[in-house]
Amino acid sequence: MARIWVLIAAFLASFPASAQSPHQESIQIGLSTDSVAITAGFAGADLTIFGSLEDADPQVSRQGRYDVIVVLEGPARPVVVRRKDRVLGVWMNLESEQFENVPVSYSLATTRAFQDITDPNNYKQLSLGANNIYMQPADRSQNPFTLAEFTKALRERKTAIGLYSENVGGVRFLSQNLFRATVRLAPDVPVGTHKARAFLFKNGIFVKESSAQLEIRKSGFEQAVFRLAHNHGFVYGLMSIGLAMVTGWLGRIIFRKD
Amino acid sequence: MGIYLPIAEISVNVFVLLAMGAVVGFLSGLFGVGGGFLITPLLIFYNIPPAIAVATGANQVIASSFSGALSHMKRGTLDFKLGFVLLAGGIVGSTAGVYVFSVLRSLGQLDLFISLLYVALLGSVGGLMLVESVNALRATRSGAAPALKKSGQHNWIHRLPLKVRFRTSKLFVSVIPVVALGAAIGFLSSIMGVGGGFIMVPALIYLLRVPTNVVVGTSLFQIIFTSGYTTLIHASTNYTVDIMLALLLMIGGVAGAQYGAKAGQKLRGEQLRALLALLVLAVALRLAVDLFITPPNLYSLASPGLS
Repeated sequence: MARIWVLIAAFLASFPASAQSPHQESIQIGLSTDSVAITAGFAGADLTIFGSLEDADPQVSRQGRYDVIVVLEGPARPVVVRRKDRVLGVWMNLESEQFENVPVSYSLATTRAFQDITDPNNYKQLSLGANNIYMQPADRSQNPFTLAEFTKALRERKTAIGLYSENVGGVRFLSQNLFRATVRLAPDVPVGTHKARAFLFKNGIFVKESSAQLEIRKSGFEQAVFRLAHNHGFVYGLMSIGLAMVTGWLGRIIFRKD
Repeated sequence: MGIYLPIAEISVNVFVLLAMGAVVGFLSGLFGVGGGFLITPLLIFYNIPPAIAVATGANQVIASSFSGALSHMKRGTLDFKLGFVLLAGGIVGSTAGVYVFSVLRSLGQLDLFISLLYVALLGSVGGLMLVESVNALRATRSGAAPALKKSGQHNWIHRLPLKVRFRTSKLFVSVIPVVALGAAIGFLSSIMGVGGGFIMVPALIYLLRVPTNVVVGTSLFQIIFTSGYTTLIHASTNYTVDIMLALLLMIGGVAGAQYGAKAGQKLRGEQLRALLALLVLAVALRLAVDLFITPPNLYSLASPGLS
């Protein structure tokens, strides 16, 4: 008899989440739109993401032991981090380090403060949070201390510009199953495909993840200008010159003082 | 009111940019310069990426110099032949400048190079102008007639071969220094986003001895093309011309320029030059301070290949 209890205990220990309750929670998120357009007046925005828990345990819900972290991650691009040093009294860029596939933006919203949701190791395993995303150096043979320094600087700069942001308390449960997350879009949020991901934690243990895609693009006019500038630079240049000459000529007629 | 710049990819305040354009336009009308040397540093102080500030500055200069050149053309104070020879050099200089610009940009030294060039050029031109205008002011106060250009006076430049006659400027001079001057200005124009009027005007007066009344019109005429060419190359190789940003600056600029020109008629030449010199020195000083004080952020981010 004692042996069976041990077995059950071992069984419980190995599947703590599923064994404690019969519930098979899962999480779903939905975006009200699959694309966000940046218009002329765009100065950053709050993006609301709705989500639901399925098959949630009402008792855990009541105790507030479900936690959700929602992340909106921008497209990955290579980045060069440069450091200024003093040369003959003048500050100039000397050392630099290139990183591949760095998410241009990373906005995160949580139900509670990080340390109250789960322990730091779990965040690391899930590469969750701006401090846990892996920054892949272009040159791996670099001195690890230099790399650590530049990686830290990269995260700090991104946070300072507002491209990496955290909104603690930005996820709210509207009912037992329904939640709403608010993530910040910086004024210079990059265009491209963004990935929204939601992580569900129960009693401090990671349960499920779900994701959705969001396209951020410039609105009609801004997009047209950007495309023209990049695809037909010469024509765009001619247009800029034409515009300048017309403005100069009109300005003389309208504001003439002589 | 915020507006999103499609190329710079940031939000800026419309009124700040209009005001910036108007103030610089007023000063450029007042002093008869394009104002590029003020616009580009101001844009950089306003957190516009330097690469975009330079290319857009060049675009903005077209508007003010076109406006100015039109009135000089009407008055007949524009030497087309001299302008075209300067232009031939200017094209070569701009092409080289844009190439150097992209190389520096990929090395991450563009910002430093732009600042150094600004400090060196504005510092020396401003300093020389201040000394010259203070001397002139002192001379007029003591009652002596200001030293005029002696038409018979020649310097080493006038001994160079390949002489050409420029009728409007009443000038018979070798094309070598003219082309070289054009090339130097073109180079600066593409790297600094300036028209180069603040160098062209003194150079034409003091080095080539072009009559002062022809200088401003001819300089403006040549600047239209040099900065137009620079805009075109920047637009097609670096994609750094922001047409929205340029338009806002131009609207403020052309309005301000006309009022500035009006105000300029009330001041005497030496006073104007002294004030301009002080302004130029102030910009140089501000940029120099930034080079030497410890920056708030030692680290900066950039995309490889771009700035």
